[in-house]
Amino acid sequence: MGTAVFNPREDQLAESTNGSTKNYLNAGFSAKSWLLTIDHKRIAILYLLSITFFFFIGGIFALLIRLELLTPQGDLMQAETYNKMFTMHGMVMIFFFLIPSIPAVLGNFLIPLMIGAKDLAFPRLNLLSWYIYFIGGLFTLAAIVFGGVDTGWTFYTPYSSTYSNTNVILAAVGVFVSGFSSILTGLNFLVTIHKMRAPGLTWFRLPLFVWAHYATSIIQVLGTPVVAITLVLVGLERFFHIGIFDPKLGGDPLLFQHLFWFYSHPAVYIMILPAMGVVSEIVTCFAKKKIFGYSFIAFSSIAIAVLGFLVWGHHMFTSGQSNYASLVFSFLSFLVAIPSAIKVFNWTATLYKGSVSYQAPMLYAIGFIGLFTIGGLTGIFLGTLAVDVHVHDTYFVVAHFHYIMVGGAIMGYLGGMHFWWPKITGRLYPEGWARFSALVIFVGFHLTFFPQFIVGYLGMPRRYHVYPDEFQILNVLSTAGATILGIGYLIPLIYFLWSLRYGKKSSRNPWNAKGLEWEQASSPPIKQNFEVTPVVIEDAYEYQPKVWLK
Amino acid sequence: MASQPHTLQHHFEDLEQQFESSSLGMWTFLVTEILFFGGLFTGYLVYRTRFPEAFHLGSSLLDVQLGAVNTAVLICSSLTMALAVYWAQKGDKNKIVLFLSLTIALGAVFLGIKAVEYSHKFHHHLLPGNGFTFEGPFSDQVRIFISFYFTMTGMHAFHMIIGIGLMIYLIVRARQGWYSSEYNTPVEMVGLYWHFVDIVWIYLFPLLYLIGRH
Amino acid sequence: MDKGFQLFPEQASTLAGQVDALYFYLVAVSVFFSILIFFLIYLFAVKYRRRSEDEVPKEIPGLLKLELVWSIIPLMLTMVAFAWGATLYFDSYNPPDNALEIYVVGKQWMWHIQHPTGQREINELHVPLGQPVKLTMTTEDVIHSFYIPAFRLKKDVVPGRYTTMFFEATKPGEYHLFCAEYCGTKHSKMIGKVVVQEPAEYQNWLSGGTSNEPLEVIGEKKFQQFACHTCHVDKPNARGPSLVGVYGKPVRLQDGRSVLVDEEYIRESILNPNAKTAAGYKPVMPTFKGQVSEVGILQITAYIKSLATDGSN
Repeated sequence: MGTAVFNPREDQLAESTNGSTKNYLNAGFSAKSWLLTIDHKRIAILYLLSITFFFFIGGIFALLIRLELLTPQGDLMQAETYNKMFTMHGMVMIFFFLIPSIPAVLGNFLIPLMIGAKDLAFPRLNLLSWYIYFIGGLFTLAAIVFGGVDTGWTFYTPYSSTYSNTNVILAAVGVFVSGFSSILTGLNFLVTIHKMRAPGLTWFRLPLFVWAHYATSIIQVLGTPVVAITLVLVGLERFFHIGIFDPKLGGDPLLFQHLFWFYSHPAVYIMILPAMGVVSEIVTCFAKKKIFGYSFIAFSSIAIAVLGFLVWGHHMFTSGQSNYASLVFSFLSFLVAIPSAIKVFNWTATLYKGSVSYQAPMLYAIGFIGLFTIGGLTGIFLGTLAVDVHVHDTYFVVAHFHYIMVGGAIMGYLGGMHFWWPKITGRLYPEGWARFSALVIFVGFHLTFFPQFIVGYLGMPRRYHVYPDEFQILNVLSTAGATILGIGYLIPLIYFLWSLRYGKKSSRNPWNAKGLEWEQASSPPIKQNFEVTPVVIEDAYEYQPKVWLK
Repeated sequence: MASQPHTLQHHFEDLEQQFESSSLGMWTFLVTEILFFGGLFTGYLVYRTRFPEAFHLGSSLLDVQLGAVNTAVLICSSLTMALAVYWAQKGDKNKIVLFLSLTIALGAVFLGIKAVEYSHKFHHHLLPGNGFTFEGPFSDQVRIFISFYFTMTGMHAFHMIIGIGLMIYLIVRARQGWYSSEYNTPVEMVGLYWHFVDIVWIYLFPLLYLIGRH
Repeated sequence: MDKGFQLFPEQASTLAGQVDALYFYLVAVSVFFSILIFFLIYLFAVKYRRRSEDEVPKEIPGLLKLELVWSIIPLMLTMVAFAWGATLYFDSYNPPDNALEIYVVGKQWMWHIQHPTGQREINELHVPLGQPVKLTMTTEDVIHSFYIPAFRLKKDVVPGRYTTMFFEATKPGEYHLFCAEYCGTKHSKMIGKVVVQEPAEYQNWLSGGTSNEPLEVIGEKKFQQFACHTCHVDKPNARGPSLVGVYGKPVRLQDGRSVLVDEEYIRESILNPNAKTAAGYKPVMPTFKGQVSEVGILQITAYIKSLATDGSN
């Protein structure tokens, strides 16, 4: 299964071997040249290695959770251990995998290339961002290794601030520190996109990947500082007992929830918007047609970023907050669903009368559209007040967010990795294996998470170590799916590594895609990205050649 | 690190693009700081609305004269900082160093006065958290007020210390002749940061020290 | 409670069927749009599959009308869900005045339930069929959540305050009770059952078992035990205001404000007495924080409530 299904054109292949072989990968092999690099492409690789590491750590926790849940009794581990498993699974996956993933790997690598720049606005800050992320990761690993944390990734007070006797402060510091990585990356992207676009590259000629990251960066910059100060307060409460979350002194546990969700709701848009950007790029390329509704997709990203800050209270419908507050948050939550729906319709319309091919990136993109549609629609259930009262804190919510984050964000991430792998590494991955693993992931994913909608509506609460017997069959199905899904994630790890050495060398533009990164930069790119600064004279995705009238 | 003035970085087209990027970057960073302090101000708002008498009482326990002196000190330090930026734009090495040093000195005075205030509070067992004792009504909520006082002024002081560190760096570079009319971005950026820290105090002072005072 | 394999929990409250109806509406909308998208993608992917590497499809310009249609129609469908869900939500979180009041106190890791007539239960809640029941709830420690899937209802219990919810059971039987807010080690063991009984059976149950004193009798004993009665007497020039007939009415405070004397106010007055001192009295009431439990507070509250009716103390 090593041959690609399509054949890159001969002249394109010749171009890559005739041209210069000096690129960013072989410009220095020492550890110092990597660890002290300020090249955004190398920093992207540093992030790639670290987030992959954290993904597998978080994945191990997931597997242990699903193993325990095979039986209704708590027979694999004790309750305290289980509580640490789901906490650390969530914490690692959200803060150390999902939030950095696409922006820090693909965004870092591609944004300068896509806008015709030599690097991001602040290359040294970019490196600092990675080190900050790394240090945050070390703190969190320490929290895990020295006994674990058991508060749930949501750290609700007063359990986290007073009652838990696990490494809460250590974990909070880890998340706090990594938050600054997120803020600085967002800041870097915002300034870069504003100030460093190539001549002729106006805002509405930007690739939608860039729009998506612009919107994401707004959220990172505005939202993350709030969770940062919130974690500081939890730490101060825990260490000094300052009292602001302690009801015995008049403190309000709900204040924590408001502050926490003010960031953590927009955070989910940090996780999905970049994936939507990836899907826009893939769909237009593999339909060989300009994306339908470009400006609607661009504006919908901004709308999601803005509206996303107004809906945090939908996590608190049963918390005891005022019914009128719940009413407003429910209403706004429905509004924020509409821009996402607009994107799905526009992507589908792009396929209409296109020239559609199904290489692995496209399979992941189509998988994304399907799974995100389901995940997004189930969000509507959660925004509906009376229904949420029943399914809040049950497996229905767990299924919903995994559809979006795994079925959505991770599919988007993998689709992007396959799409840009030739650009990043200069190699082709094996297409047959790639399609196979896309299928395995798709099937494994549904089997894992669809039963959770059902068991959630039946009433099975989340974060349960043991459960009533009648929920077992659905849990067994879910665990079976998780095993398949796990295998599905291992396969790409193997063939991507394999391709670095044995993969066919790629031409500059194996997909014949439009975009500065494909048309003007080699695969892999040279250190300064372009021989000559590009000048942009056409809109994005001009697949149909324009006829210039005399 | 070369001991020559910084010129155009490799990834920028020209100095104007470089300066605009730095400026936009610093303003964006200051917005993140507003959100960061915003969390504290939100908590303060919630509890002041809930416990107005306790906050009134807690505020009266603070030393309003020292707070007022500190306010004046910080405002002066913003003036000296602005002058440092002005002379950086003129490229006058000695004046840059002079005004940065004055700003640092004023900042140090501020921190010194804060240290005095904190030690007064510790003396009277008005601590943020465990060990807090207060012989008066609403003691639990006064405790929350004092916690906010320490957290907010402490976070502010921490930002000031960072600002002083940045200014020491600027002095070192200024003495090496790095700043001129052509290139003075770092001075201006640190200036923006320092003014922001000043503005945070302008909000903190009345909210913490002047509740109910006439 | 082995019910075999089910797709939906039983409907055992007036709310359950309504929530399920709304749920089915959402399922129908979701299935419709999912199938629509899947079908269109499949159709386009097959019909417009690439047949040769050289083909160049025509660009199709954007259509504002189309964008508006597929924005507005989903918006309208979601607004239906919003209005419907909001109505049901307000119903269930706004108890009627004649509801039977039962008190719930959660603590790590059990539910303590107190009937007004004195019956106490641990991890079990007996309720009569066909009568509105209002739960007034709090917790001694961390946040928990009182969840009855068969009623489609849950509400968090929050330390430092009371939360309420109400239901009317429609089907006799036993139903799951779960804690639905993670609360530490034995969170998944903080479960029990809700027992819905015919009214006659419920009365039987209430009066059976070990003789339990009504809540207000226990409350009166505590009122004496903590010496409340030494200040709160129905005499002029007493140190504290008389509590006869105060419950459910507004009281004027020292600072001029007027607040309603409800459970929340009584609880606050016991734990943090000088936050809302009654007008005309000195703020000399000591706090009972740490001396009386949440359950004790509820009992004393029941006693004070009873003073509204019989006028004796």
